[in-house]
Amino acid sequence: MEREAVIVGVADAPLENGVLRDGGTVLQVQARTAKAALDDAGLDMGEVDGLLTAGIWGVPGPGSLMTITLGEYLGIRPRFVDGTNIGGSAFEAHVAHAAMAIESGYCDVALISYGSTQRSERSRTLGGRPPILTMQYETPYGMLMPIGGYALAAMRHMHDYGTTPEQLAEVAVAARQWASLNPAAMMREPITVDDVLASPMISDPLHILDSCLVTDGGGAIVMTTAERARSLNKPAVYVRGYGESHTHWNISQMPDLTLTTAAETGRRAMEMAGVSHDAIDVVEIYDSFTITVLLTLEALGFCGRGESGAFISGGRTAPGGAFPMNTNGGGLSYAHPGMYGLLLLVEAVRQLRGESGARQVYGARTALVNGTGGTLSSTATCILSRD
Amino acid sequence: MTDRPVPIVDADSREYWEAAGHHKLRLPHCTQCDSPFFYPRVLCPRCHSDEIEWRQMSGRGVIYSYTISRRPAGPAFKEMAPYIVALVDLEEGPRLLTNIVTDDVSAIQIGQAVIVTFEDLEGGIALPLFQPKEASAS
Repeated sequence: MEREAVIVGVADAPLENGVLRDGGTVLQVQARTAKAALDDAGLDMGEVDGLLTAGIWGVPGPGSLMTITLGEYLGIRPRFVDGTNIGGSAFEAHVAHAAMAIESGYCDVALISYGSTQRSERSRTLGGRPPILTMQYETPYGMLMPIGGYALAAMRHMHDYGTTPEQLAEVAVAARQWASLNPAAMMREPITVDDVLASPMISDPLHILDSCLVTDGGGAIVMTTAERARSLNKPAVYVRGYGESHTHWNISQMPDLTLTTAAETGRRAMEMAGVSHDAIDVVEIYDSFTITVLLTLEALGFCGRGESGAFISGGRTAPGGAFPMNTNGGGLSYAHPGMYGLLLLVEAVRQLRGESGARQVYGARTALVNGTGGTLSSTATCILSRD
Repeated sequence: MTDRPVPIVDADSREYWEAAGHHKLRLPHCTQCDSPFFYPRVLCPRCHSDEIEWRQMSGRGVIYSYTISRRPAGPAFKEMAPYIVALVDLEEGPRLLTNIVTDDVSAIQIGQAVIVTFEDLEGGIALPLFQPKEASAS
């Protein structure tokens, strides 16, 4: 199958103390990382005919039509465009959409791009959205956004299954251990469960160390056909399976407060790829909060409902453990620019190529990447492999 | 009157907020699948019927989950902090997001019975809130 969709180039923006090392605007970081990903692949910007992006910059204004503004800035005239924005999981959905476009012949070279200067701009707030349309039923109540919805899910999970604050904290401890192996990570000093529990409580039961970082960031992914990839720089990473869905914006509308759509998107992606759980060598799971990881492990079926606390305990997901997960240090310790899903994919590709240095998972051939967006609202899952 | 962000009332929500302004909890009820839903919208989100009428709820519910906001979500909530944000399942079925009115945030529990109360806002509308059943007046 010559038109199988593969990932041939990846890049992420270097950060220093959580801000862009090279400074600049959100468009500059997207242009720089796009060029870096294309250089990684050995392709020219002039060959890009598919453009996908999502973000929250420039609205109202140039960000209202995001692929158009980015295409104009980069000098790309696409024949395939996708501005799907379902929150941080958008980029896993972009990989799925680009794969379909490439395989059908609708696109030859797709560029997926993201940029954020939220930390430099200090634009991140804990406050709610304007109380219009469906937010009018939530904003007046002062739920901290987005942590409040995650906290509600965590409280219910603890009630239903006896999950403990210590088990939540283990997610953060493991992430920090991986980050200590990643020179690009913002937070690298080891932490203990006690450190997490002693950190300030934001919205019970989630402490600040249960929460992802707030950093700048950016990245790019380049995809093309397997045939084209044969003449390029790096070993191709195949997009073998994918799935996407969403259920709600208001947390009160979530059909099951402790089960995300990863239950279906993971299953569909794995079925499409023809892989079982045992075949997955490395897992990159969106970690906006510690609870996000626990809920996702259960939804994906790596453990049963309510068993994720036990699953994570004893360092199973930490370096040296049986279940390597979030190997770059995650949103909890490496970086989280607001919409993190693209960086999950970059790490998965590097692991599968054997480029991850001290944090390399030996022999990794198949990766599962799961993005979660909104307030546990959306998921998109990708299965990537070397064959 | 209040610093809270005030709902921007629209064609979907007007009946809900105006009833709340009269201290009544009224929700849309789908006559096709014969049960209420929240939040108000023009089609039933379950069966997609447009045969909707409005009905009064009992005001009784149970806390499905809650969190304690230790930081205010904006200056309007500074005085209230720490405060409870909760999901309440009404006796009639629908779930909504709300605050629990209490002097002791540590005393709130999942499964606790609550009853609706109202905080008046400008423009003749009010915000449904909930308080522990024991604390409510009659």
